[in-house]
Amino acid sequence: MSNHLNIIVEFKGGMELLFDNVTKKELSLPVNSGEDGSAPVEWTIKDLINHLKEKHLKERPELFVNDDSIRPGVLILVNDVDWEILGENEYKLADGDKVLFISTLHGG
Amino acid sequence: MSIDYWIEKSLILYRSIIFEIMSDLTKEEISRYSRQLLLPEIGKEGQVKLKSASVLIVGCGGLGCPCAVHLAASGIGKIGLVDHDKVELSNLHRQFLHTESRVGTSKANSIKESLNQLNSDVDYVVYDTKFNKTNAVDIIKEYDVIVDATDNAPTRYLINDASVVSGKPLVSGAALRFEGQLTIYHYNKETPCYRCLFPKPPVPGTVTNCSDGGVLGVIPGIIGSLQALEVIKIITGLEPSYAGKMLLFDGLAGSFRTVTIRGRSKDCAVCGDSPSIGHQLVDYEAFCGTPMCEENKSLKILAPEERLTCSEYKESVVDKDVPHLLIDVRPAVQASVFKLNHAYNIPLSKITNNDGMNNLKEMIEDKKVNKVYFICRRGNASQKACRFTKENLTDIDNIEFKDIIGGMTSWAKEIDTETPIF
Repeated sequence: MSNHLNIIVEFKGGMELLFDNVTKKELSLPVNSGEDGSAPVEWTIKDLINHLKEKHLKERPELFVNDDSIRPGVLILVNDVDWEILGENEYKLADGDKVLFISTLHGG
Repeated sequence: MSIDYWIEKSLILYRSIIFEIMSDLTKEEISRYSRQLLLPEIGKEGQVKLKSASVLIVGCGGLGCPCAVHLAASGIGKIGLVDHDKVELSNLHRQFLHTESRVGTSKANSIKESLNQLNSDVDYVVYDTKFNKTNAVDIIKEYDVIVDATDNAPTRYLINDASVVSGKPLVSGAALRFEGQLTIYHYNKETPCYRCLFPKPPVPGTVTNCSDGGVLGVIPGIIGSLQALEVIKIITGLEPSYAGKMLLFDGLAGSFRTVTIRGRSKDCAVCGDSPSIGHQLVDYEAFCGTPMCEENKSLKILAPEERLTCSEYKESVVDKDVPHLLIDVRPAVQASVFKLNHAYNIPLSKITNNDGMNNLKEMIEDKKVNKVYFICRRGNASQKACRFTKENLTDIDNIEFKDIIGGMTSWAKEIDTETPIF
């Protein structure tokens, strides 16, 4: 029995430039029952980062990930809460989550 | 009783006398600030607090101007203004306290001149100097609240650390393109500092500033104004709205979004339980791997023999009609403002994907040239494009790939002064 995890991913602060200028994506991620192992049963933020990098990123991956995690200077907010509070890479995504990737700005 | 005790005692007495003298408002002040005095949240007490307060604004640019103008107008007692830059024509669309006649002069002085015309009762202190690890703490400790209105990562770490070791709240703003961000660092024991949020510096070359990415003037206008509002709330004892929260403003979408950020990290290098950074601070340019000011920002990716100066290119290539391709790797929007007639625009982001290499290969074969030169704005992106091409376009032989040192900016200065600089 397979199912889907529906989430919204947003890109701001310049992150959208790496994703073809798309600022908002609705994703339907496969949730496998685990029998054939083709997709994770649960999706963590880390899985989502890899998925975005492999399937959606259009240019300059070094501006998105660095040493297997998100590049320093990028904040991830799940439902407007800092991912650090939620367990960072290990946070398990829930149906309806809104995940925002925002690059910190330095201009002034 | 020790001498120290009596010195301390008399200082306390001295301060209370000074406060007594300053605690009353003059008739003129009451009229001048009447519209905000009438707010029950401010009242006379709040106005006296503003008058007794001092605020340091680091950066007299796009954020510094709107922030300073509101703080000066509101009757802050002392405002420190730090900036070592000179006013440029390209600043005026957002840095509205500077004027056409003051292009080329000190930004900190220029702001002071404008503010003086608005409110001459304020004590303005100008620091027309490079803000660095040797002077930052000494300057910051003279003020009650610090405003970060700067434009680069190393200076932001410096201001953060100096504010934390001096025990001052830091009202931090940033703006780029159509977006702005605002938060208050180190407000109390629960709220994070900049380092708690960003323990690792950004990788060099991944940060975009206003002069590269562009910014709509009104965006820093909004963020700088909100910084002034938060400063006023902190000084008058009202709760700031963005301590432990961050405002994400998107001018294009018209959205103000407030998010919850992490608390203070007990492992933080400067505000943690056992900090490694103290009053001596650290080397911020080394920490971030980037300089604090723009003019030094030149990458060294290519060897000297892989590069041409503008005059070498002009004299030995253009003037002699040597067949070649000139690839302008700036973003399309920049090339559409102005480019050299014979240049072809392929933005760096296109060069570094497969289509870019195929496109370039077709052009080389079509034009039957064996020289390809890259140009950009200042000579950094052109080096990246040249290096990438040399490494990835390996199935054609005997092509000379070089880049042009200093890019269009040097071309405008050295070769053709009619070229607009932007």
